[in-house]
Amino acid sequence: MIQVDNLSKHFGTKVAVDHISLTVNKGEVLGFLGPNGAGKSTTMRMIAGFIPPTSGDAKVCGHSITDEPALAKMKIGYLPESAPLYQDMTVIGFLKFCASIRGLSGSDRKAAVDRAIETCFLNNVAEQSIDTLSKGYRHRTCLAQALLHDPEVLILDEPTDGLDPNQKYEVRELIKRLGETKAILFSTHILEEVEAACTRAVIVDRGRIVIDGTPEELLKKSKTGSLTDLFREVTSNDTDAAA
Amino acid sequence: MPTLTIYKRELSSYFSQPTAYAIIVIFLFLATGLSFSFGKFMTIGDASLEWSFFFWHPWIYMLLAPAVGMKLWADEHRTGTIELLGTFPISTWSAILGKYLAAATVWLVALLMTFPIWITVNYLGDPDNGALISGYIASFLVCCTFLAITLLVSACTRDQVVCLIVSVAICVLMVLCGYDDFTRELSKAVSPGVVQAIVTIGVWDHFSSLNRGLMRLQDIIWFSSIILVCLLGTSAILSAKRA
Repeated sequence: MIQVDNLSKHFGTKVAVDHISLTVNKGEVLGFLGPNGAGKSTTMRMIAGFIPPTSGDAKVCGHSITDEPALAKMKIGYLPESAPLYQDMTVIGFLKFCASIRGLSGSDRKAAVDRAIETCFLNNVAEQSIDTLSKGYRHRTCLAQALLHDPEVLILDEPTDGLDPNQKYEVRELIKRLGETKAILFSTHILEEVEAACTRAVIVDRGRIVIDGTPEELLKKSKTGSLTDLFREVTSNDTDAAA
Repeated sequence: MPTLTIYKRELSSYFSQPTAYAIIVIFLFLATGLSFSFGKFMTIGDASLEWSFFFWHPWIYMLLAPAVGMKLWADEHRTGTIELLGTFPISTWSAILGKYLAAATVWLVALLMTFPIWITVNYLGDPDNGALISGYIASFLVCCTFLAITLLVSACTRDQVVCLIVSVAICVLMVLCGYDDFTRELSKAVSPGVVQAIVTIGVWDHFSSLNRGLMRLQDIIWFSSIILVCLLGTSAILSAKRA
């Protein structure tokens, strides 16, 4: 459902993403790992259609993100890295706005908003103004926005970042549940999440994919049987990466 | 349709916060205050609003119009919500139009709220109401032009203060260029050709003839082409920023 083909992104002379190719099928949850600055967010932004690739292409449900951006974007639910929100709106007002902009109206819109509020446990704060919410609630409000139109593809940039352990667990369970019927690409720094939620994982470093496999395969590749050791072995730390 | 959704969101954001009210109150205060003091509305005994009332509008707009438009894109960049807008299945144009029209609506409301002065001249004298309507159109077009300039500047920066200062500077320049006292001083220093060139940047030539009740096609084209160029420029800058 997500088909990324030789995707590259250059910022000036800096190569942020270097010929990345990957596929995510329906029912798959792909964990996207890598050190800071490895090109994870840039790759996800390109697939979500926010920034145009320098070369290569990504197809979402058969629609190219460069040639048919509107059709591709309709199939995607996207959670940006910092979970940005319109601070002056209420949670329910924001979700209604997002649903309207995705073409939902009337009872469809109400049902979609109610479902998203339910799924992301936002009942308590639905009428509250977003600038009064705690970080966990903000994050889940932005996640709810990505689920509104029941997309076939989910792209989640660090969906568990800034959540407490209980919330992390809930979001992981949610990703697993949604992954049964959708194609999900999510990035994370937390290696336990790979075993907890992913059916497959890739590790990127300096814009290239260095490892691709199921969590079991990854564990086998590690000499010590620990994902952390494997991660440290195949990726460079940021001082090396900058050089 | 997405244009309408964005228009509604922006408009409710203006009116759910103090911005719109502050602007409207200050505008009404300045517009009527200047008419009755420096404009000599009562003593001049003229049942037209050309000099006593509309004359002051460009001076007020050059300071206040950027205050309404400055947040439009600067805020999206600062909070990162531009990433949401950029990944919704909508065109950049519908976002630009929706935002621009919302800001223009705030000003339309402010301008319409000056209706007591229109009632007053009709009560006290026998004005040419066609010319008054033309004066209102002239005033609104100047305001829309300044808003379009602010929108363009707003797309360039994430800092509202920078946007405000730069937009005000441009608007002040457009008001000063072509203002009689200014050009008289200028003509002492430079050749008439240069003065003529500078006058064409100014709003007065186009504003004054409309204000006198003279609908000239060239003035309408002048205003609408500046607005159109600014909106096109906004679209170009937004796409360039993403790449």
